[in-house]
Amino acid sequence: MNNALLQIRDLSVDYLLDKGVFNAVKNVSFDIGRGELFGLAGESGCGKSTIAYAITRLAKPPAWVAGGEILLDGQDLLGMTERALQVVRWKRIGMVFQSAMNSLNPLMRVEAQFHDVLYRHTGSNREKSRARAEEMFRLVGIPADRLSNYPHQFSGGMRQRIVIAICLALSPELIIMDEPTTALDVVVQREILEQVVDLQKSHGFSVLFITHDLHLMAQICHRIGVMLKGELVEVGDVKQVSRAPVHDYTKRLWGAIPSLPSMNAMERSPA
Amino acid sequence: MNALPDIKGAQITEASSVIALEDITRSFGLVHALRGISFSLVPGRALALVGESGCGKTSCARIIARMDNPTSGTMLFRGKDVTAVGSGTEEKSYRRAVQMVFQDPFASLNPVFSVGHHLVRPLKLHGHVQGRKGAADGVDALLESVGLDPILTAHKFPHELSGGQRQRVNIARALAVQPEVLVADEPTSMLDVSIRLGILELLSSIKRQRNLALLYITHDIATAAHVAEEIVVMFAGQMVEWGDTMSVITDPRHPYTKLLLSAVPDPYQPFVPGDSAQFLQHAEKIRQISRPSSDGIDKVGPNHFVRTLGKIA
Ligand SMILES: Nc1ncnc2c1ncn2[C@@H]1O[C@H](COP(=O)(O)OP(=O)(O)OP(=O)(O)O)[C@@H](O)[C@H]1O
Ligand SMILES: Nc1ncnc2c1ncn2[C@@H]1O[C@H](COP(=O)(O)OP(=O)(O)OP(=O)(O)O)[C@@H](O)[C@H]1O
Ligand SMILES: [Mg+2]
Ligand SMILES: [Mg+2]
Repeated sequence: MNNALLQIRDLSVDYLLDKGVFNAVKNVSFDIGRGELFGLAGESGCGKSTIAYAITRLAKPPAWVAGGEILLDGQDLLGMTERALQVVRWKRIGMVFQSAMNSLNPLMRVEAQFHDVLYRHTGSNREKSRARAEEMFRLVGIPADRLSNYPHQFSGGMRQRIVIAICLALSPELIIMDEPTTALDVVVQREILEQVVDLQKSHGFSVLFITHDLHLMAQICHRIGVMLKGELVEVGDVKQVSRAPVHDYTKRLWGAIPSLPSMNAMERSPA
Repeated sequence: MNALPDIKGAQITEASSVIALEDITRSFGLVHALRGISFSLVPGRALALVGESGCGKTSCARIIARMDNPTSGTMLFRGKDVTAVGSGTEEKSYRRAVQMVFQDPFASLNPVFSVGHHLVRPLKLHGHVQGRKGAADGVDALLESVGLDPILTAHKFPHELSGGQRQRVNIARALAVQPEVLVADEPTSMLDVSIRLGILELLSSIKRQRNLALLYITHDIATAAHVAEEIVVMFAGQMVEWGDTMSVITDPRHPYTKLLLSAVPDPYQPFVPGDSAQFLQHAEKIRQISRPSSDGIDKVGPNHFVRTLGKIA
């Protein structure tokens, strides 16, 4: 795929430990097309977050990219200077991480945190930042009058929505979402992710969506990659991976999902 | 029945309950995080607390774990009123009896201690193991019970573990104290599905073997059915529907319970671009009608209760 926005080629990431080297990601290759929602699934510890950090080069020692290329628009992110990378991070590649709800500054009102990010990356003034923040709060379903609150005044789930809102405010080309909704209830999760799907369509950004909820992934993604112990064991179209998985491990993942007992008086989605 | 209708002022307590909440409220300024919460926890049984993000689940957990005090209402421990903080020894025995596993595995482990250290401490502190060999065996057994390889894991530090691995260490640490009550606040939301079932089964078997009273807080109503005999669905600080889990899940009556069930991920219903506004509107309408306070409770089954909708102000 030539028009891929992100190309990952033979990526290997190690953790250099006292006791030796741990190969957390082994020769992984995949592409994310422009406007594509790509899902990365696999069990805890298989290396999903390690890849997410490697893409944004936020991996810190002892993590070490042992080999491979990560190309954004054909440009190798691994070879970029830290300075050049600052421009890419957040502005071109947005990130919503697993514990993002704790990444808000506890001492700053949320409105100021929006302004901080918008000012740094787009030179926005206070007024513009406020307007953008209100727009984003509406998007993630929090009343705009709560912009003046501090992070501790929100529940964990609300804080996670705020981080997503801040990330979306910069209109990045690629958004990496590492378990973005694990702290949320299914209703809010569906609201946010349906919005992501909508916004993706209207704005055209690409998404790397990381989760271990295959059911959810199948509702959102165009293509899915399944990882096992650092290796990508299956990549394919969502229909193929969900209905006709090839790898045994993928089949097992599907079999292990707790599902609801059958319901009689149940309303499925509206209309 | 361990989830009780919250009839104001009435002293209803399940005789066998280890912890009972009666008409608990908690306000933060103008935010009414909890409104008239009443339920009890019974040894050997699990109660699931489900509801939207921000509905007050963690606020309940914090009150039970004594990390916070209610604005009003009563909390009973083995039938005794413990709403106000008691003597030193009473507090100590309460804190030992009630252990908590938190939602966020990233925040709850100390970065400077190894996994082994996190587990040895409570084991020794509570006299559950003797000597070096005993401690090492105790740590190994705990790690194995939560599906971690002791040889690979015991010497690691929290930052060397994935999110899921950290949460399993947290569960092992809570179990090390051998508590009577385990409050698990979203214990599996950061675990992958293939391990989630295993952990839930682990919690269930520990509950039976150790006669543990389990409060299982989750936003994943599908997993509640696997763990808990009874369920409480909360919305905006109120219990909106509660009782026998199977009854509530297979025959939901409250609009919010129905909404929650309808949003459980279904791989055969992909999201369609352009549809979000419709779902948002639908969800918002249901939130609006579910939010007002109401004292009305309908009994719709032997152990199945629904709060009537209140008046929209
Ligand atoms: N700083 C570190 N030092 C040593 N090992 C690490 C470090 N960070 C992660 N690892 C190991 O690398 C492997 C991959 O971890 P990673 O966080 O990428 O997993 P993950 O797929 O995101 O899991 P989860 O679903 O639990 O978040 C794990 O086995 C983990 O123990
Ligand atoms: N210290 C506080 N100050 C002000 N408001 C608070 C405080 N703690 C909680 N709240 C508010 O109380 C309500 C309930 O919060 P709580 O954390 O109990 O929700 P939750 O059900 O656990 O949500 P989640 O599923 O997102 O974890 C929220 O509206 C929250 O903003
Ligand atoms: Mg991860
Ligand atoms: Mg909570």
